[in-house]
Amino acid sequence: MTGVDWIVVVGGVALIGFINWYFLLAPRTTTKAEVQGGVQAVPVLVDGGYQPSDIRVTAGTPVRLLFNRRDTSSCSEEVVLPEFGMKRFLPANRTTLVEFVPTKAGTFEFTCGMGMLRGRITVTSPEGR
Amino acid sequence: MSLQTSQGERTATIPVSGMTCASCTAHVAQALRATPGVKDATVNLLLETAHVRFDPELVKPEGLAAVVRAAGYRSELSEGEKINDADARDLEHAAEYRDLALKAVVSLAAAALGMLLSMPVMSAIAASAHHATAADPLMQWSHTWLDSWLSVALPWLYATNARVLQWALMALTAVVMGWAGRHFYTRAWSAFGHHAADMNTLVAVGTGAAFVYSVAATMAPEVFLASGVSPDVYFEAVVFIIALVLVGNVFEARARRNTVAALRALAELRPATARVVRDGREADLPLDHVVVNDLVIVRPGERLPVDGDVDSGASAVDESMVTGESVPVAKRAGDRVIGGTINRTGLLRYRAGRLGADSMLSQIIRLLGEAQGSRAPIQRLADRVSGVFVPVVLSLAVATFVVWFVAVDQAPLARGFAAAVAVLIIACPCAMGLAVPTAVMVATGRAAERGILIKGGEALQRAGGVTTVVLDKTGTLTEGRPQVTHLTVVPTEMDESHVIALVSSLEAASEHPLADALVREGERRGVPQLPVSTFSSIAGQGVQGDVDGHLVIVGNAMLLRSHAVEVGALEATTAVWAAQGATPVYVAVDGRLTAALGIGDRIKPGALEAIRRLRAMGLDVVMLTGDHRATAEAVASAVGIQQVVAGVLPDGKAVEVKRLQAEGRVVAMVGDGINDAPAIAQADVGFAIGTGTDVAMQASDVTLIRDDLAGVGAAIELSRRTMRTMKQNLFWAFAYNVLGIPVAAGVLYPFLGLLLSPILASAAMAFSSVSVVSNSLRLRMA
Repeated sequence: MTGVDWIVVVGGVALIGFINWYFLLAPRTTTKAEVQGGVQAVPVLVDGGYQPSDIRVTAGTPVRLLFNRRDTSSCSEEVVLPEFGMKRFLPANRTTLVEFVPTKAGTFEFTCGMGMLRGRITVTSPEGR
Repeated sequence: MSLQTSQGERTATIPVSGMTCASCTAHVAQALRATPGVKDATVNLLLETAHVRFDPELVKPEGLAAVVRAAGYRSELSEGEKINDADARDLEHAAEYRDLALKAVVSLAAAALGMLLSMPVMSAIAASAHHATAADPLMQWSHTWLDSWLSVALPWLYATNARVLQWALMALTAVVMGWAGRHFYTRAWSAFGHHAADMNTLVAVGTGAAFVYSVAATMAPEVFLASGVSPDVYFEAVVFIIALVLVGNVFEARARRNTVAALRALAELRPATARVVRDGREADLPLDHVVVNDLVIVRPGERLPVDGDVDSGASAVDESMVTGESVPVAKRAGDRVIGGTINRTGLLRYRAGRLGADSMLSQIIRLLGEAQGSRAPIQRLADRVSGVFVPVVLSLAVATFVVWFVAVDQAPLARGFAAAVAVLIIACPCAMGLAVPTAVMVATGRAAERGILIKGGEALQRAGGVTTVVLDKTGTLTEGRPQVTHLTVVPTEMDESHVIALVSSLEAASEHPLADALVREGERRGVPQLPVSTFSSIAGQGVQGDVDGHLVIVGNAMLLRSHAVEVGALEATTAVWAAQGATPVYVAVDGRLTAALGIGDRIKPGALEAIRRLRAMGLDVVMLTGDHRATAEAVASAVGIQQVVAGVLPDGKAVEVKRLQAEGRVVAMVGDGINDAPAIAQADVGFAIGTGTDVAMQASDVTLIRDDLAGVGAAIELSRRTMRTMKQNLFWAFAYNVLGIPVAAGVLYPFLGLLLSPILASAAMAFSSVSVVSNSLRLRMA
C-alpha cells in the first residue's frame, strides 16, 4: 500500500464515521411545546424532513401539531403517529392540524407514510402532580 | 370543516379567510361567542380556521359560517373538504404525475442524445489513455457494437472535435440536472439539514459525485493523465440515471394512484345535489342544505343523494357499490335506503336520515381511509431497516471506493468511483417502504368493493392467521326472527292458501311472537284478510276464534286435545320438524284437524355454502348459541357444523372464545356486532355481519355490510393472499438490495469479471419499486 492508499483508507473510515454519526447519532434540535389556551401547540415544517423532529410535550394536556408541508414529494404526503393511532394526509403548501392527548410518558415516533421521514415526540409526566 | 359529536354538544372547524392580524382573530372569536348556542370559539390566524364548540339544537355549522361572513370575513363550508381528503390527494397526484411524466420523457430523450454524443468522446479518451477493458456488460456492448455501427452511420460525429462534444455533453447534463433532476438535490439538501437521508440523498450524491468528477475530467484532463488516470466522463450516466429514476417514479405514481382507486370510487358516489320538497315544491339543493326529515325524490336511473327511510313509492335499488350485493334490492315504504346507491325501476320518495359525516357512505369512506393508512405489524422489520438504510448504503459506497482504490492497479480512481456510484444508485429503500402499505391499501380497497370493511393492516394480518371461526347462531346463521318453515295440510280438508288465510287473519289479533311469523306468512303469500268475529287467547297454548264463519283453533297439541281434536295423524311429521329445530303448531277448523305448521328461525340462504367454503379452507367452524342443545344441533347439522356449544349465556360467549384461544387457536368471532360485542372484542378477529352501524363498525375488526356469511370466507381468503403478497414484497425488496448492492460494489468482479455500470444500476433500482407496487396491485384481481 502506498501513502496515497493510506490516505484514502483513513479518509474513507473517517467519512463513514461522520456519515453514521451525522445521520444516526447527532443530537437533533429539540422543541418544547408552548402551552397556549390549554393546548400544547407545535408548528412543524415538513420539507424533506420534520423541523423540529424532536418534540417535547407534557402528558395529559392536548397536543396540537401544525404540520406545514412545504415539499411536494409524495413521500411526505402523509404523517403517521402509530402510538396515537393517527394518520393524516398533508396537502402540499398548507398547514394541517393533528390533535391528540398524550396519556402516558415515553418516547414515540412519528413518520411519513413510508417510514422514511422520522420525528420523535417525548412525553413527560406533568410536574408537581 | 370537520365535525365531532358528543352528547348535546358538537365541535366544528370552520374555515375563515380574510384575517390579517391578531385583532381580526379576536373579532371573529367574539362574534362567534356572542352567537346563541356557541359555548366556545377559538380562531387560528395561521390555519385560517375557527374551532367552535356549540349546541347543535340551537345553531348549525351553516349558521356559524354566516356569523363569520356577517363579521366581514369569508367562510365557505365545502362538503368535499369535510368528508374526505381523497379529492385533494387526487388532484395533487395528478399534477405530480403530469410533471414527472414530462420530465421523464424529456430526460430519456436527453439521455439517448447524451449516449450518442458520448460514443466518440469515449473513443477519443480511450485513445488518449490506456483504457481498462470494460467489465460491465452494457459498456462492453456499447463499445463493441454501438461504437463501430455509429462510426459508420454518423461519420461526421466522429469527425467533430471530441473536446467540443464533451463540453456539449456537460452542458446537456447540467440542464437535465437543473431542470428534471432538480428536486432530487433540493430534497436531499433539506433532508440533510434535518439529519435525515432518503432516496433522494442516494440519487443526489451518486449523480452529483459523477458530475463533479466528469467536470474535473473535462476541464483539466491533463491533471488526470499526468497521474496516469484516464479522464473518463460519466455525463451520459448522470442523465440516464436521472431519466430512469424518473421513469420509475412515473410508473410508481401511476400504480399508487390505482391503489386508492376503491376509495376514489366510493368518494365519487356522492351526487352534488338532492331533489327535495320544500314549501310544497321540488327544488334541487346542494347536499349541505339537506336537513334530517327532508322529503327526497329520486327518479329511476338517479343516484340516491343521502341515507333515509322510504316514505312512498316502490323500486329496485342497486346497492352493489356500497354493500357489494349484485342483485338490486326491492324497496318500499318503511325500508331503509343508502345514499350513493342507484334507483333502478320506480320513483322513490324518502325521508332524509343520517347526513354528512354520519351517513353510511361517509362512515365507510372514513373507515376505509383509516384502514388504508394503517400499518401492519409485519412492517416493523422493514421500518427498522429503512431507518438506518441510507446511512448504511452511503457507508458501503465509501468502503467500496476505498477497497477498489487500494486493491486495483489499473485506473483505481475511475473504477472505484464507478462502483461507488453504482452502489449508491442501485440501493432502493423505497421498495421496502412500499412493500406492506401498498398491499394493505389494495386489499382493504378490494374488500370494500365487495362490502367488506377491514379495519386496517393489523386486522388483515390477524385475519390471515385465523384457524377457528366461531359463529353465533341467532341472526348470524339464521334470520334471527321466527318464520313459518314447514307446512302440511290434511289433504281431504282444504287447500294451503285457505288454511293460511284463516290462520293469519286470526293471528293478526294476537301479540305472541310466533303469531307474527304466521301473519307475515299470510302477507308473503298475499292471501286475503278474512273477517274475525270472536277471538280468545289461551296463554301458553294458542288462540281460537271465528274466522269467516269457521271456528278456527291454532295452538299446541294440548290446546287441540282440550277441544277433543286428535293430532295423532300429523305427529310423525311434526316430530321430524321438531328435530330440525322448528316449533309445531296445529290448526283445527270446525273441530277437525286441518293442518300443522312448523315455526322456526330460518337458516339464512347461503349459510350452508359459506360454511362449506370455510371448512374447505381448512378452518374449524364452531357454533355458539344460547339455545337448547336440541335446537342448536338441528341448525348445526343443517349447515354442516360439527362443533356446537349450546346453552351459552350472552356474557358467556366471550369466555367460550377465550377458552378456544387458550387451546392455541386463532379465533374469528362472527356476530351481529351488538349482542355479541364482548365476544367479538375478545376474539383475535371480530366480524360484525349485516350492519352499517357505527357501533358495530368500531367494535369489530371486519364489518360485513351485506347480510351474507360468504363474506367471512372471502375476507379470510383475501387476508391470506394479502399476507402472501406482503411477504413476497418484503422478500423481493430485501433480496433485491442484499444482492444488488454487493454486485454493484463489484463482489463478483474477481470471480466472474462482472461489474454493473451506474446506468444498469439505475434501471434495476427504478424497476424494483415498480415491481413491488405491481405485485400488490395483483390483489385487485382477488
